[in-house]
Amino acid sequence: MKQGNYIFNIIVYLIAIVFLIISFIKSKQKTKKALIKAWNSFKNILPMLLGIITSIGLLLSILNPEIIKKIIGEKSGAYGVLISSILGSVALFPGVVAFSTAALLLSSGAGYVQMAAFVQTLMMVGVITLPMEIKYFNKKIAILRNLISFVLSVGVAYLIGFILGLWN
Amino acid sequence: MKENNKKVFSLKLFLKQYLFFLIMLILLGFFLIFKFDIGIKAATVIVSSFKEILLVLPPIFILIGLLDEWTSKETMIKLMGEKSGLKGILLAFLIGTVAAGPLYAGFPIAMILMKKHVKFFNIIIFIGAWSTTKIPMLLYEMSALGYKFALVRLALNIFVIIIIAYIMELVIKKDEISSIYKKAENY
Repeated sequence: MKQGNYIFNIIVYLIAIVFLIISFIKSKQKTKKALIKAWNSFKNILPMLLGIITSIGLLLSILNPEIIKKIIGEKSGAYGVLISSILGSVALFPGVVAFSTAALLLSSGAGYVQMAAFVQTLMMVGVITLPMEIKYFNKKIAILRNLISFVLSVGVAYLIGFILGLWN
Repeated sequence: MKENNKKVFSLKLFLKQYLFFLIMLILLGFFLIFKFDIGIKAATVIVSSFKEILLVLPPIFILIGLLDEWTSKETMIKLMGEKSGLKGILLAFLIGTVAAGPLYAGFPIAMILMKKHVKFFNIIIFIGAWSTTKIPMLLYEMSALGYKFALVRLALNIFVIIIIAYIMELVIKKDEISSIYKKAENY
């Protein structure tokens, strides 16, 4: 399940290392500056990330998978789509975990539309990371982007259900 | 004396920055004392996701630092700026799609792009592509949810990302955009 993540990590590390070496050969001074910048921007975002991770950890252990499955696992119609979308917006899973979770829920009887809504909002809408997005952009832009993404995600979910219905 | 002042100041800053985290830690402490099973489960999830984030982020931030040092504003304006047209849009799609990584790792990259005066429309395209249309993830999505599901979702999302960028460009005023670009410049 985690293999996809590892491959991604290795590729990103390789790219970073290659560029770092090229940069170092071309200019020591610039490379040093780049690394200082990298460290500063990491330090900048660390407190917020730590807070987000801890709150998510708490949330996930209070709401266990069985409860989640119960709410959206049945043929829950528009109500289930709405709940899936809200869950997807609030949750913060890495993509690989998201797909596995959706696949698991699908095999236990959830509808395609609900799972499409879940996956789609999970990737596009980030309520938990909203403070971070506001910090980098501003309040209006961040909220608007998430709002539009939420509405269009629900639309995409229904379209996926419709098209797959025709295709199968 | 001066040294002392500095120390007090940085402690204050530290507390302010880490306030949310500290509150969450106290909450976790409560669970560990009163509801041990939930608390220990949460602690395990927190430690493992922290490890994952520590693994994912360092190369991304190194790439951000290098990108900032080595690309001039002029080049980026030419490639993805106000007058870059279709080429700029395609490039924004490409950068967002090829790279993987969680949404929150895309924000600092977007900021560097703003610092280099990349067009706002292209920034939103980049964020959209970064969040949803990921080539490294596509194969995994196909195997988990079926190739039809993955391909239909991908095709629909290309339209969705462009629609989002158009709406954002329509709604967000010019002076607002220039003020966030100024913020990015001070980084």
